[in-house]
Formats: sequence, structure tokens, C-alpha cells
Amino acid sequence: MANRVRVKALAAPGHVRAPFYLRGRTGVIERELGVFGNPEQLAYGLPAEEKPLYRVRFTMAEIWGAAAERQDDTLDAEIYGHWLEKV
Amino acid sequence: MPHDHHDHQHGPSPSGHPYRADNDGPLTYWQRMEIAVRELLVEKGHMTAAEISAQIDAMDERSPARGAAVVARAWSDPDFRAQLLEDASAAVRGFGLDIGPLNLIAVENTDRVHNLVVCTLCSCYPRDLLGLPPDWYKTRAYRSRAVFEPRKVLREFGVELPADTTVRVHDSTADMRYVVVPARPPGTEGMTEEALARLVTRDAMIGTGLAKRP
Repeated sequence: MANRVRVKALAAPGHVRAPFYLRGRTGVIERELGVFGNPEQLAYGLPAEEKPLYRVRFTMAEIWGAAAERQDDTLDAEIYGHWLEKV
Repeated sequence: MPHDHHDHQHGPSPSGHPYRADNDGPLTYWQRMEIAVRELLVEKGHMTAAEISAQIDAMDERSPARGAAVVARAWSDPDFRAQLLEDASAAVRGFGLDIGPLNLIAVENTDRVHNLVVCTLCSCYPRDLLGLPPDWYKTRAYRSRAVFEPRKVLREFGVELPADTTVRVHDSTADMRYVVVPARPPGTEGMTEEALARLVTRDAMIGTGLAKRP
């Protein structure tokens, strides 16, 4: 996985743990967390594939643009690998 | 006339507070389901009513005191602090706390960085370390504002940060839970871990507060 990543700007239905406010936003991988069962399957009692999970760090400027309180404050979120694309 | 009505109370109590309504309404679907599953588990011999009560007691006993003891150890023991920041789950288990399958990340406040924890998608919270989350942690107001205007939220909690402090917000979107290690207050040199732990509040470990000064 590249160091700089973008959260895919998808609008997938169902139980998804990639928050809307981060979709399409670019950040850097803060750390790799290992693999976890895919919540998009676990939520429905289905056998879950193991998916890599990453902590991705975004600047507030990247998320909120000029409306950010402080441009270089940061937000870290956990995003599954299948929701990330290389930049 | 104080008693125009005979069957139930109206208006506030003598103290001025309203009476709490009796919970005489019908059970919800999930309340019925909980009772049915619990009674079946007991009837079929999988567990006893006493075991269920004991587990509820154990869950209710979890409180921020557990997290405060961990923070006090981190303030007192540089090796433990390093391990906590490297692998918080292992460090806390090594400290002797049963945290079940919890995946924990500890983030440290310094004179340059202030950390704040939120779960925008629901109400993920390190219950094994802090007990039940406060009601405000689960509100849409906190969940939406903490990621958009954390400095304003912090000011409402009474936290004024120096101008050169970076705010790092942590959104618990998936499998990890977060605890903030607050900065050790000045004037605490030589204090015992027990005394230090009393300075560590729940809010300080969420990031909406600072450790108390002695």
C-alpha cells in the first residue's frame, strides 16, 4: 500500500465503515493495523474475508478546505484497504 | 385542592422535580428477545441467573479508575510509557488488566500535541478501560462537531490550548479503541502512582479535558 492514499469516493449501500466525510479525501498511512474481518459482511452474519486495516491521517485542510479551524490540525481514521487507492 | 386526582401524581414533586414516569409500557421487540434468550439459556443449563448477574456487576464495575491507573503508571515508568505507546493492548494486559479482545491505541498529549477521541459512526469507546461512555459522547452534536471544529468543542469543555498546539482528532471508525495519555501536570514530581491516578479524569482520557493539578 502506498504511503499516500485516497479514500474511494463510492456510495456503496449497506453497513460500511468508511465515513462519508472522508470519501475522496487524500491522506497518509499513519500505521498498518493488520487484518480484520470485513465489517460489510460481518454486519449481516456472513462469512467475512480478512481485510487489511490502516490508520490514515488527513489534514483538516484536506477534509474541510477553507472552512477548517486550523489547516494543519489532523484527523486519523481507520480505513480498510479495499476502500483505499494509491495516489 | 392538592388532590383533585386520585389515581396518579400530577405536576412536580415537593422538591420541584418532575416525577419519573413508571415504566408500565409494553416491552419492545428487543426487550422481549433479550428476556427470551436469557431464560432459554438458563433453562437449558448453559448459564445460571447468578452468573448473568455477576457478569452485569463486572461490566458495571469498569470505571475510569482503570484507565487512570494505566496513565499513572505511564507517567511513573518510562519503559511502560514506551510500551503503551508502541502496543497499548499488550502493555495494559501486562499491567494486569483483563481487557478481553480489545485492540487499544494510546495517544499521548505533549506541550505540542493535543489528542481528541470520537466515534463519528456510532459510539465506540474503550469500555474496558473507562467504563460506559458519557451520554454526550454518543450525541450527534459531539460526533459531528469533534471532527469539524474540535478547538471550539474543546473550549466549551473548558480546555484552552496554547496557540502552537496541534490538535489531532482520532475517529474510531473500525476495530481499534483509543485512550489519551494526558500530559503530566507540573508540580507532581515525587507523587505516588495512587496519588497521580486521582488527577486523571475520564475526560482527560477522551481528550475533552486535561489532567487535574494537585
